Amino acid sequence: MTVHDGSTAGALAEIRFAEQTEGAKPGARAVRRLPVQKDWPLRALVAAQVGILIGVLSMWEIGARTGWIDAFFWSYPSAIAQTMAIFFTTGDAWTDISFTFRSTIFGFLLGTTTGSLLGLSFWWSRNYATIVQPYVICLESIPKLALAPLIILVFGIGLVSKVAVATALTLVVSTLTAYAGVKALDPDGEKLFYSLGATRMQVFRKLVVPFCLPWIISVLRVNIGLALTGAIVGEFIASQHGLGRAILYAGQTYDIALVWVAVLVLSTLAMVMYATVSWLEGMLRKGVRQ
Amino acid sequence: MSQTKLCVENVSMMFPTPAGPFAALAPVTLAIPQGRFVSLIGPSGCGKSTIFNIIAGLLEPTGGRVLIDGMDATGTIGRVGYMLQKDLLLPWRTVLDNVILGMEIQAVPLRIARERALPLLQRYGLAGFEYLYPSSLSGGMRQRAALLRTLLFDTDLILLDEPFGALDAQTKLQMQEWLMRLWSDFGKTVLFVTHDVEEAIYLSDELHVMGTRPGRIIATIPVNLPRPRVRTSALTPEFLAIKERCLQLLDVNPTGSERVNEAA
Repeated sequence: MTVHDGSTAGALAEIRFAEQTEGAKPGARAVRRLPVQKDWPLRALVAAQVGILIGVLSMWEIGARTGWIDAFFWSYPSAIAQTMAIFFTTGDAWTDISFTFRSTIFGFLLGTTTGSLLGLSFWWSRNYATIVQPYVICLESIPKLALAPLIILVFGIGLVSKVAVATALTLVVSTLTAYAGVKALDPDGEKLFYSLGATRMQVFRKLVVPFCLPWIISVLRVNIGLALTGAIVGEFIASQHGLGRAILYAGQTYDIALVWVAVLVLSTLAMVMYATVSWLEGMLRKGVRQ
Repeated sequence: MSQTKLCVENVSMMFPTPAGPFAALAPVTLAIPQGRFVSLIGPSGCGKSTIFNIIAGLLEPTGGRVLIDGMDATGTIGRVGYMLQKDLLLPWRTVLDNVILGMEIQAVPLRIARERALPLLQRYGLAGFEYLYPSSLSGGMRQRAALLRTLLFDTDLILLDEPFGALDAQTKLQMQEWLMRLWSDFGKTVLFVTHDVEEAIYLSDELHVMGTRPGRIIATIPVNLPRPRVRTSALTPEFLAIKERCLQLLDVNPTGSERVNEAA
């Protein structure tokens, strides 16, 4: 490499140039194009997805029939399908689904509502917020599921205890998120309201609540998942109904096909609820223009 | 001389700091006559916003009092229209519903408030935007909406804290014309804060130049240029004399004043 002129700038340019071209003659530069990913047509993508599903299921079926897979521990698709039919025709499917669904929804509603109200209430008094905050943080760091056995003892083995576990899981998340909204409030916004002669209640209703709504809405999807987890764990510990109880019972009696059936039904329930809440979230977001 | 609208009497403000009390505002006295357009100019940190917060009742002064129409209004809110630097439009309300916020808080029925606001929106450059949300408005439009909200609050005295500070030069000029039109239509008493000397002279009947540490008024300059004013007023010797005086008071190098002012 030769340095044509003695100036530092010239030398620097030469060095940079040498790095880029790595031995190519000066003046030429490697031709590179923007990497482009080609999208497959939708049909091909769906076909690939379905193909994978069918592939895994048939390997499982064949594996179990030929003995590569221990059918006692893993069961196999056709047996699971049969059990599914029995579960829905003569079994407790609808009772269990309804039980789990109700505990999830009640827990979700109760936890989200009280949590959001609690979080918003911190706006009213800084002193109160400062006093209560460490307790809320403590409550957040406790693994709430560890308290589930205690909750079952207190509230009994019926629906109420499952609702209580689901509430415990969702309440803290909602509280903290609503409080985060309160803390993000622009003090100048409050100043504007007070300069217009507003009362505290007017500021709360017309500024704080609408401002924090997007925060509150943003946890709905998280909370529906948490509420379902809470309901299932509650059923694991002690219950007479529910999908969680069905899974536990089937596992204890080595009815592996029934475990799979209950898990499948549970997943479907979770997906339906998740999709509904996502839709609701979208509608609410549109409603509050954020 | 018409009646005094606002009187700030020996108002001072001390903030406690770890290093001892900090005087944000030395005793300041101001008298603003009814219907006047008065500007406060000064470097940042001279207590312009502190004075505004005290007049609006959002801050309790350490000493002195604020009289509005001769009545003690120290520490009472809702007496003056106050427009802060930011437009603070509520994103979940339409422009119309943002503009009527003041009336709504004063418990004016919504229907009446909207009826009163609609013609004003149409007359003052927001026609067609009434039912849109603030997010679809440009900076100048948002500022118009914020100003109309302040006007519709229906107080005789309005405080404008650097309302055009964040706008580009072109929009700023348009907004100044627009503000002049509003002011002459409504006949409100305006107290205006800016750090743009030219803007202050162009708009005002009187200027108060402020100094820092502690914040205080170092000079009061009447602006006796004829109204209505035109842009070329800024080239008259009277205008330039006032501008030079202001820049000297603000301790800007007079020989480099043109460039400094462009940057302001």
